[in-house]
Amino acid sequence: MSRPAFEAIVIGASAGAIDALSVILPPLGAGYPAAIIIVVHLPPTRRSMLVELFAPKCQLVVGEAEDKEPILSGKIYFAPPDYHVLVETDRRFSLSSDEPVNYSRPSIDVLFESASDVFGKTLLGIVLTGANSDGAMGLRTIARAGGGAIVQRPDLAYSDAMPQAAIDACPGAQVMSLEELAIYLQEVPSTR
Amino acid sequence: MSTKTEDVEIRLLLDAIFEQYHYDFRGYAMASIKRRLRQAKDHFQCQTVSQLQDQVLHDPPALPKLLSYLTVQVSELFRDPAYFAAIRNQVVPYLKTYPSLKVWVAGCSTGEELYSLAILFREEGLEQRTLFYGTDINPEALKRAEAAIYDLDRIPQFTANHRLAGGKSSLSDYYTASYGAAVLDKTLRARMVFADHSLASDSVFAEVQLISCRNVLIYFDRELQDRAIGLFDEALPRRGFLGIGSKESLRFSKHAPAFTEFARDQRIFQKTGLS
Repeated sequence: MSRPAFEAIVIGASAGAIDALSVILPPLGAGYPAAIIIVVHLPPTRRSMLVELFAPKCQLVVGEAEDKEPILSGKIYFAPPDYHVLVETDRRFSLSSDEPVNYSRPSIDVLFESASDVFGKTLLGIVLTGANSDGAMGLRTIARAGGGAIVQRPDLAYSDAMPQAAIDACPGAQVMSLEELAIYLQEVPSTR
Repeated sequence: MSTKTEDVEIRLLLDAIFEQYHYDFRGYAMASIKRRLRQAKDHFQCQTVSQLQDQVLHDPPALPKLLSYLTVQVSELFRDPAYFAAIRNQVVPYLKTYPSLKVWVAGCSTGEELYSLAILFREEGLEQRTLFYGTDINPEALKRAEAAIYDLDRIPQFTANHRLAGGKSSLSDYYTASYGAAVLDKTLRARMVFADHSLASDSVFAEVQLISCRNVLIYFDRELQDRAIGLFDEALPRRGFLGIGSKESLRFSKHAPAFTEFARDQRIFQKTGLS
C-alpha cells in the first residue's frame, strides 16, 4: 500500500507569488493527502485577498490559518498578514506578532522551522519566486531534518533572489520549473 | 541534537522557572517559546537549553533578561486603527451611560495599548470617570509602561494610526519630544494603576466594563487561553466588552457561549450573561 510521502507541504513566495501559485495549486485534486501551508509576503496594513483569489480557482478548500486551528490534510492555508504562523506539536497553528524576521511578518523561515520541528521527515518545503532571502534558512532546516526541499528554477522565476538564496543555503534541494513542480505535487502523494 | 531532546529541556526549564521564580510559562504555545528560547540561548551564549536553565537558576540577575525574551511585545499607539475606531464609534456610546468605569488592559507590556485607550477616553470625555488597570507579568515592561517614553522615530507611525483611528485631537498634544524620545503627558497616567498580574496563575481583582487584551492569547495554548478567557468572563458584568487581537478568536474556547460578537471584524465581544 502506498503511504503519503509528506503529511504537510510548506510553501514560501514573495514577488510574483500569485502567478506562481496559480500554476501549482489549482490542479491539486480533492482528497489530497497533505496539508498545504503557504506564506506570501504582503503589506501588513492591507487585508489579504489571497483566500478570495484562490478559493474559486482551487479544488481544495482554501482558508486563512487561524490561531489554534487544527491542521488538516487536503486543505490549503494562507498565513494572515502581519502575523507569523507556527506549528504546534498537537498539529494546530499558533500565530505570533513577534518582530519581523528578514523584514517580513509573516516570515517563511518562521513557518518552515517550526513546521520542521513537528513534521520532520514528512514535511516538504518549497521556495518560489521572491526578491529577498526569506525561506533559505528554513529550507535548510527542513532538509537537515530529513524532509523534502524544492526550489523554483531561478532563471524562470519572476524574481530570482529568493530561489537563488534558497539553493545557496540548501544545495541539495531539487530545482524545478513551475510546470514540473505542478506535476510533481500531483504525483507526490503516492510515491512512497 | 534532536528536537525531542530540546522539547524535554524546554519543559524542564519552564518547570524550573516556575518552581524557583513563580513565573508560569508552562501553558504557553510551545512553538513561539521554542523560537524565543533559541534566541535567548544565543544571547546567553549557551549551547543548549539545559545550560540556559543552569544559568537562570544559579544567577538570579539573568532572570529579567530571560523574561524579556519570553514576554516583551512591541506594539504601537493605536495599532490596528480600525479596532480603536470601533471602540470609539461603537463601544464608547455604551460606556457613556455608566457613571464610573474601569478598563483593564491585560498583558499591557510597555503600555502602548493602554495609552491609546487613555487618549481616546480623554477625547471622548470619559477619562475623568475611568480607572485604567495595566497588568503584565514582566516588571521591566511595567516600569517602561509607567515611564511612557517611546523612541521618537516611532511617532510618525503612531500619529498616522491615531488619525486613522478617528483621533479628535493632534497626537502632539500628548507628548513632548526631547533627546530622541517622546515622553507622554504625565497627566495621562493620573488615572492608571499598574500591577503585576498573571493570566496563568492570578485571579480576578475587580469588576471592569472593558477589557482589551490584544495579541496575548495567541501566545497561550488552548487550556491557558480558556483560563484567561474565563477570568475575563468573571471580571466583566453583563454587557461588558472584551477586545482581542484581529486574528484571535474565542472559537476554540469553552467560554465562547458567554460572549456575543459585537464588532465582528474588529474582534470586539460583549458578554451575554448567559453562562
